[in-house]
Amino acid sequence: MTMLPKKRPETLGGYIVHNVPFPKELTPEALEWLKQMTPIQIEQPYSITYLHSYAQDSPWFAGLTNKKLLASQDVETGYTYATPRGHDMYTGAETNWIDITDRHAEVHAFTVCHFGSEEFLAETPFVLIQVEFEGVDTLLLSRLAGVDPLKASLDWIGMEIVPKFLRNSKLKPTDVYFVPA
Amino acid sequence: MRPVYAISGGVSKFAKSRPDKTFPALIKESYDYAIADLGLDFPTFTEIVDGSVASYFSDHFTRQLMAAIMGQDYLGLLPKPSHRVEGGGATGGICFQEVWKSIASGHMDVGVGYGFETMSHVETWKGNEFIALASDVSTDYPVGGFYSGYYAMMVTRHMKEYGTTVEDMAHVSVKNHINAYHNPYAQKRNRYTIEDVRNAVMVAWPLTRLDICVMSDGAASTILASEEGIRKLEAAGAIIPRPLVKVTGIGRGTDAMRMADRPHVDYEFFMKNYATQQEKDSDETKAYYKDLWDRGTRYPGVHSFRAGRTAGNQAYQHAGVYDPLEELDFVELHDAYTSSEIQTYEDLGLCRYGEGGPFASSGKAFLPNIDYGIDLPEASACAVNPSGGLIACGHPVGATGLMQAVFAIWQLQGSIGKHFKDATLQIENAKRGAIHSHAGTGTYVTVSILERE
Repeated sequence: MTMLPKKRPETLGGYIVHNVPFPKELTPEALEWLKQMTPIQIEQPYSITYLHSYAQDSPWFAGLTNKKLLASQDVETGYTYATPRGHDMYTGAETNWIDITDRHAEVHAFTVCHFGSEEFLAETPFVLIQVEFEGVDTLLLSRLAGVDPLKASLDWIGMEIVPKFLRNSKLKPTDVYFVPA
Repeated sequence: MRPVYAISGGVSKFAKSRPDKTFPALIKESYDYAIADLGLDFPTFTEIVDGSVASYFSDHFTRQLMAAIMGQDYLGLLPKPSHRVEGGGATGGICFQEVWKSIASGHMDVGVGYGFETMSHVETWKGNEFIALASDVSTDYPVGGFYSGYYAMMVTRHMKEYGTTVEDMAHVSVKNHINAYHNPYAQKRNRYTIEDVRNAVMVAWPLTRLDICVMSDGAASTILASEEGIRKLEAAGAIIPRPLVKVTGIGRGTDAMRMADRPHVDYEFFMKNYATQQEKDSDETKAYYKDLWDRGTRYPGVHSFRAGRTAGNQAYQHAGVYDPLEELDFVELHDAYTSSEIQTYEDLGLCRYGEGGPFASSGKAFLPNIDYGIDLPEASACAVNPSGGLIACGHPVGATGLMQAVFAIWQLQGSIGKHFKDATLQIENAKRGAIHSHAGTGTYVTVSILERE
């Protein structure tokens, strides 16, 4: 039988309060007593929708929507970035797009997230990986599916993997993820 | 550049939540302590101090833009010059160095660096989300933005390449928590065992809850001065302990925001551009590194912090440090994760790349006078995080680097017993220490060297 946790989760919310205790008369003693008050804490909701532009990186996201994985390459040196980058950090020149969809790929590093930022808590556990591609100089942060998150092992590093693409694109970098080959 | 002295500091009590004070009042708690420790009253110090630098990381946590000027206002420093610095987790270290620059350049004689963070204003997982926004919001954050996850990825690579173990990491957690047991400013003062660390809740494999620092509310302040500034303060009645504590070296490095973009350089490039002078001078070390590279190591990859190595090399060169393990009495470094303490041992040249794991378990980074309940094969050589570090003291981001500076000043003044009401953490005859402040996945790193004259 599963034990109940010893502590109830702490959450915000609760009743709306319209008054707080305060001395009826502001006598000198009462004014002095005010320094002994515990603090009033209130909730301040805050939300906003940003109009974010992928700008010069947009083709990379368009590629994912069309089941293609692009990379950025310096024309002169051939230095290749797995994560989109409009200009090369060594030559300063504008990069070109190349297609790396079918390149050999393997897990360079990984973790299993059993917790996460609030936005991703509902998705836990999930596996983050850094993907290493043949002939590409830098890595790509992505997710790994098709493995048992409770059997994490350093043997996963070096595992050959292949990209999979969401059928219903969200125009996010998670439109591509990887599975064991 | 003129000589710069770190003459006083103060730290607020770090806690999960400090709803008892607004953030300006929290800053003032640390600031008042630093002034009082000089033996001055508030109006006298206010008249002499030339200006300030303010440190805090996230506007999101306070939901208050231009928070720095509210600190300046509350401290009664108007209309003296000030500016805010921000560089993620390294904000406090950057702040310390910017005050140093103001003094060294002759722009100020007496300057104060103050910093804070109030992370309790949002729930823990929302706080993790805010912190994760310090990753590329186009390509990285949406994949599952979570700093513990990012650091866990780094350490799986470190483990794979170098054989670092989870037990090595647990040694760091045990050391830092038990050190903090003697530090009244620390948020977590617990005696843990290796088993406790490994049996704690798994957060991001292989990092457990006890491998990771917590969120905190807190503030810290440091006062720096030139020789002329010290004369002014002493003429006004300040009592500044002799020998003085001098800031003898500063260094700072940077790296790509997306850790995937970090280079993987070859052996020759590493030796030319990143090796410490000590490593360059040793044929045995060169052979060791050649062997590492022959077996596949590339630098920095995701397992090492090029920014930390760059900052350390600069600071060591500035201060004339050749063999940090031998020449530093202590290091207060940015251990947001046990794994990053191990990575940083290597970046700072306390051991070679690839040797951080065994170094953590060796005993060299432990204090010699504390029973950690672990069999340590080697004697203490250079105490790392004698205060308890971020893992135990807490990590109110904008205050953290300044907290390290304050603890370093007290170590070098020999006044830990006075400030902690417990002298256990005082390193005997401490002459030289380093403070190390680190941001993001290794994006900004500062190293500063402080020495007792």
